Amino acid sequence: MAEILRMENITKIYPNGFMANKDVNFVVNEGEIHALVGENGAGKTTLMKILFGMEDFQGGSMLLDGKPANISSPLDAIDKGIGMVHQHFMQVPSLTVAENVTLGIEPGKGLMFDKRIAARITQEISDKYQLKVNAGERIADLGVGLRQKVEILKALVRKCRILILDEPTAVLTPQETEELFVQLKALKKDGIAIIFISHKLEEVMELCDRVTVLRHGRTIGTDVIENLDPAKISRMMVGRDVILEIEKEPAQPKDIVLTVDDLKYRNAEDVMTVDGISFGIRSGEIVGIAGVEGNGQNEVAELVAGIIKPAGGTIEISGKSIKNKSIRKIREMGLAYISEDRMVYGCAANLPIRENIMADRIHSKKYRKFGLFTDTRKINREIDELIEAFEIACDDRSQPVRMLSGGNIQKVIVAREFSSGAHLILANQPTRGIDVGTTEMIRKTLVRKAREDGVATLLISSDLNEILEVSDRLLVMKDGQIVAHFQDASKVSTDLLGEYMLGVRRMTPEEMGDLV
Amino acid sequence: MLDIIVKFLFSVIRVSTPLIFGALAACITKKAGLMNLAIESMMLASALAGVLVSGATQSLLLGMLAGFAAAIAITMIISYAAFVMKCDLYLTSIAMNTALVGGTVFVMFLATGQKANTAGSIASLSISSWNIPLIKEIPILGDILSGHNILTYVAFAMIFLVWFMLYKTKIGLRIRSVGENPNAAESVGISPRRIYFLSFGLSGFIAALGGMYMSMGYLSWFARDMMAGRGFISMSAMNIASGEPVSAALAALMFGSADALSNYMQMGKFPSELISMFPYVCTIVLLVLMSAVRTVKAAKQKQP
Repeated sequence: MAEILRMENITKIYPNGFMANKDVNFVVNEGEIHALVGENGAGKTTLMKILFGMEDFQGGSMLLDGKPANISSPLDAIDKGIGMVHQHFMQVPSLTVAENVTLGIEPGKGLMFDKRIAARITQEISDKYQLKVNAGERIADLGVGLRQKVEILKALVRKCRILILDEPTAVLTPQETEELFVQLKALKKDGIAIIFISHKLEEVMELCDRVTVLRHGRTIGTDVIENLDPAKISRMMVGRDVILEIEKEPAQPKDIVLTVDDLKYRNAEDVMTVDGISFGIRSGEIVGIAGVEGNGQNEVAELVAGIIKPAGGTIEISGKSIKNKSIRKIREMGLAYISEDRMVYGCAANLPIRENIMADRIHSKKYRKFGLFTDTRKINREIDELIEAFEIACDDRSQPVRMLSGGNIQKVIVAREFSSGAHLILANQPTRGIDVGTTEMIRKTLVRKAREDGVATLLISSDLNEILEVSDRLLVMKDGQIVAHFQDASKVSTDLLGEYMLGVRRMTPEEMGDLV
Repeated sequence: MLDIIVKFLFSVIRVSTPLIFGALAACITKKAGLMNLAIESMMLASALAGVLVSGATQSLLLGMLAGFAAAIAITMIISYAAFVMKCDLYLTSIAMNTALVGGTVFVMFLATGQKANTAGSIASLSISSWNIPLIKEIPILGDILSGHNILTYVAFAMIFLVWFMLYKTKIGLRIRSVGENPNAAESVGISPRRIYFLSFGLSGFIAALGGMYMSMGYLSWFARDMMAGRGFISMSAMNIASGEPVSAALAALMFGSADALSNYMQMGKFPSELISMFPYVCTIVLLVLMSAVRTVKAAKQKQP
């Protein structure tokens, strides 16, 4: 089989200094399905954006059919025979399938748009590969599975030879996934090269011919599927590079603070993303939840924080249910929340540091003067103390948060959440995209809070260093369920953890024991 | 009595003509995803330009070309400000409306020394009326449909043309796709910015016909603020129809009826201030009713 695409030593550094790809090598042959696997943030999407002309890159070269190619934009990529099925479909809902597929290359004489030719072209290709899409239907009337087929059709009508599918099965039911695989295999027979981005190993094993694994922006290796098994791939995907050692004494858990019982959540697409999980956290201990992103961990955090409402089950903080309580009431019950998306939920970017820290406590009587006015002097003093204690690098307390670096923005949020007097801290990806120094500070503070102040902590993180170093006990989530429970996180190996995260292994309820 | 009804229906068509043009102009940009708030100023500019140039050159063709040019120039200024320089589209449009209310009077004063209207000072040309052969012979119907200004018939033809352009041509497909999902359009090589420029240009062309109808057909002179909110009423007509040209034209006819009715009621004993409010109250009532209907419909769809 002829080589169709070769990406050599690709290096991509974002303007903020983040190195997304480092010397990545990726070779795809005609008529193969090539899996590109890696954890979230491993650089798969960046590499594909480079291939599709959406991002430039600093080092390395790209060859199409053995000839050096310069892809300047997505349109250029389409011209050169590369098609991409985005996770978010690029479609116009009120138009028909045929209109969407031929948009931009409309058939017809002169100014006229010939609907019949458009429908015929679309239907022909749809029938040829048995995509089962009806060219005359409106996109708005189609389900997600068929809308994905329309994206594939769009690429095929434009005569693509390399088809990139970015986590195509994330939105599909198992039946739709089966069907998609049959169709992809038919495309492969026609000589089309398919790049399949995924972190679902069972799918990769079933569908793909070769696998390339990325980790932390680097290629770990490429091999044919016959030489691989899920355990091998998971070991390649999951690994630790740098180890920040955090010293901590053994936990001395006391009273139970958080109780979650048979918690369920159904998302907007009607999928059970949290499927009946139960666990508890005691004061003075840190419980980590590990898992590949998108397996329900984020939903658990938002459920406990009261941002989304459960479809079933109960959440209790210190024995009191949070049901029907406002977020402020929940916070008054003792919850502090470091959210996953710091710019959306964590802070008001245009407001000064002072206002951001005061946001959750300005209504407190503590900051009133004569019962009516705010005690500005007291507020300023406390803010300055926090800025010093959390080493926030800024001009002064009145600097807008958006002017700070990512790490310092997170410090502002952490300063607020850690100083609110909470006895339950929910930290969701607290150090994502943050410099090493701040990361270490945040991790150490989490441990100190638990040990010295007896705070109960729930840590959700996709950073294995973090989850293994900081947690006392460790839970693993997969497909909305808890699949493993380790009493001592420090004794867990990354290989073993990876196998649970990727669904290679699963503990029985007996093995897990009591989750409190 | 019959005579009054015939005259009334005739005047409905007469006063609806500029509203139909305005509504169609609004439909095109709406389908591209943007509101054209500046229809009022486009109409005003073309009304004045048509009168001035046709008066100066004594050529109807040149007068009309000037009218089109004035309205399209305004759309291009707005488009450049909004889509290239990234000013806020709606603020720019509102500024343009305000500027043109004074600006047209200023230009009129420079040209004629008058501040109220150009009647008597400029011998401008008008677009003639047309008695439709055969139809004019039909009793009643002939009296209603025949004998209107040529631009009135153009307005009705324009309903079909705009519909055809939007739904049967490549450019219409592109306009609609940009209006609904600019990212999707851009991903297949359609430049949303070009579509915005184009739809505003087309919108200006149609609005210009409405403006010239006012000063070279409905009346034969330009008067200060002669649009008197017709641009905005057209926009509500478009809004009620959510940008569909045929329904928007029907809505325009409805507002025209309210307008014509108020003209008739002025002959009675009603205070004229109350009556001149009538078309606008109609607009508000209709908009509330429409959105109520839509809410109910949407609620019904949710529970199958």
